[in-house]
Amino acid sequence: MRALVIRRLLYMVPTLFAISLVAFLVIQLPPGNYLATYIAELSARGASVERAQILALEERYGLNEPLHVQYLRWIGGILLNGDFGMSFAYQRPVADLIWDRIGLTVALALATMLVSWVIAFPIGVYSAVRQHSVGDYAATFVGFLGLATPNFMLALVFVWVSYRFFGESAGGIVSPEFADSAWNLGRVLDVVSNLWAPVLIIGAAGTAVLIRVLRANLLDELRKPYVTAARAKGLPEWRVILKYPVRMAISPFISTIGWILPTLVGGEVMVSIVLSLDTTGPLLLEALQSQDMYLAGSFILVLGALTLVGTLLSDLLLAWWDPRIRHAQTEEASA
Amino acid sequence: MNPLARIRRDRPAPAPDPDTAGADTAGTAGTGRTAAAASQWRLIWWRFKRHRLAMASSAVIGLLVFVAVFCEFVAPTTPGHYSAEHTHAPPQALHVVDTRDGFDLGLYVHGYRSTRDEETLAREYTVDESVKIPVGFFVEGRPYELWGVIPADTHLIGPTDPDQRVYLLGADRNGRDMLSRIVYGTRVSLSIGLAGVAVSFVLGVVLGGISGYFGGRIDTAIQRVIEFTMSIPTIPLWMGLSAAVPREWSALQTYFAITVILSLIGWTDLARVVRGRFLSLREEDFVLAARLDGCGRARIIRRHMLPSFTSHIVASLTLAIPLMILAETALSFLGLGLQPPVVSWGVLMQEAQNIHSIANAPWTLLPGVAVTVAVLALNFAGDGIRDSADPYQ
Repeated sequence: MRALVIRRLLYMVPTLFAISLVAFLVIQLPPGNYLATYIAELSARGASVERAQILALEERYGLNEPLHVQYLRWIGGILLNGDFGMSFAYQRPVADLIWDRIGLTVALALATMLVSWVIAFPIGVYSAVRQHSVGDYAATFVGFLGLATPNFMLALVFVWVSYRFFGESAGGIVSPEFADSAWNLGRVLDVVSNLWAPVLIIGAAGTAVLIRVLRANLLDELRKPYVTAARAKGLPEWRVILKYPVRMAISPFISTIGWILPTLVGGEVMVSIVLSLDTTGPLLLEALQSQDMYLAGSFILVLGALTLVGTLLSDLLLAWWDPRIRHAQTEEASA
Repeated sequence: MNPLARIRRDRPAPAPDPDTAGADTAGTAGTGRTAAAASQWRLIWWRFKRHRLAMASSAVIGLLVFVAVFCEFVAPTTPGHYSAEHTHAPPQALHVVDTRDGFDLGLYVHGYRSTRDEETLAREYTVDESVKIPVGFFVEGRPYELWGVIPADTHLIGPTDPDQRVYLLGADRNGRDMLSRIVYGTRVSLSIGLAGVAVSFVLGVVLGGISGYFGGRIDTAIQRVIEFTMSIPTIPLWMGLSAAVPREWSALQTYFAITVILSLIGWTDLARVVRGRFLSLREEDFVLAARLDGCGRARIIRRHMLPSFTSHIVASLTLAIPLMILAETALSFLGLGLQPPVVSWGVLMQEAQNIHSIANAPWTLLPGVAVTVAVLALNFAGDGIRDSADPYQ
């Protein structure tokens, strides 16, 4: 097991390097840069831009150096000092801007994941055990609908419904009356009461997938002879199901941790923009549109790195949970 | 990362759906038709026909494709035909029979009476029962060029008087007909899904095939690339790449750029499917037999291996199209994908982004319904094909 962890950690290094390269290249791709736009804006306003001033700005942001030097400066700063560079638009260090929002994104993703588990588990088990029942068909229908509807569409419908029937505009994490107060019980409750909608909207697709996967896996397991054996032994039906086949069918729940992060981050980005939540989504979009390159690049880098960590955690959990996978992986390592 | 693809991966094997497997085998055996003599594609077709949901979905897809191909003809008017007097006009109900004085068969809609709210300056519409606008099929309307070449002015449905306006699904903020815009958007959204899948197909089959056939170090390298591509959160990366598409590019250039961006990330699932099939087929006895017969490598792949997994690839392709459509919608919705005046479902959704437009004109959300219907139909059809892909099971 320890060898497995070490091996996986080592694998992460080149992948992280590749992610950082991609993040950097993505922010370099657009023609021109923020400075050029900024200077054009200044000139348009009639302010004269001194040559020396441009040079000073270029010097400050390291824009006049070749690409690989810029990359090395950027990644070096991150690795050595945790310095992600400056945001052009906000004139503040990127690190100040992103951590709050990434924290919220991660919190939202974790909450969404837990909620989808809690919803998907009973429904999935029910639809497999009572296959072809009305409840099964209803769950299947809702599940497919949840998969096929873009989550920003769900968010828009939610906005419309809450406006139309409750007369309030939805959005935001912290209600206005709590905006300036410190964290206390009231504020926490307020945040929770505002978060349930985004959590459900972002989790819709993931929950649908979990229900389908659990149902399909459990159906396969329920037909196996060991279930008959357990029944023949005289175990009560619910114990038969929960003790053996459900345990076998539940592995995909654990592997969700790995892929749910990229999915949730993507869904969260879209939903947050519609519901104006202060998470990564809106700021990333803004940064990309205004070519605020260090801000955008750092977001992509950190989100990518978090996804990797999530995948690693889920693989390790899975190996711990499922002896078959553990054996296969240790054999592969020794081979 | 797409949740849809995950279902398929998390399932243990391409085993038949337990819901249908029993019924299928029993059915095929019971029909007593010359199952032994039928070709593989015929067997697949027999099995596919049993999937009622998949068959119905195929009909929906056929309809959507028809709309996409002949969108100029299907739409009541042109998508850019605006009217300042009809901003956010609500949908008109289509009446079939007029019974107010006697019995008058024929489609018609009622006109609007519009007033301006003094405070908000928004237009408010009430149905004007006294005005009757007859609606007909194959009517003369705004001239258009079918596929940009054939000039015509016949529309499938529209007001019989070309100067009248009919808004069956309401109007957007410029008084343009939502129905026409959704119909035109079908062409762009569906074709970008197809084009994106075509590019991913080439990438996926070539790389997956190489990976699966040669194995060894090449396989490891390609697998690492796939794992890496999958570990990046898709939407931020898509956003980053499409933000890099220059604004001044023409509509067609943007279209192709977005297609390439979508498929750059979408090829991985296909590559995995192809590799998996190659790996399992490589060990099959008939491949060994062909090799012993002295067949060359190219012939083994083309004549012996490809026919055994084309049906699986077709299924994966069908299931990949909806993901592309969803991705395009998401990007265009954010304003990073296709740009107006190009009309796609995502571009249309972008107009429904603010609370004012949703509150005053909830019908601007209708393109989203089109997306949902298309994605559902493609998913069900893809599932049907996947379940019938291996008729010998």
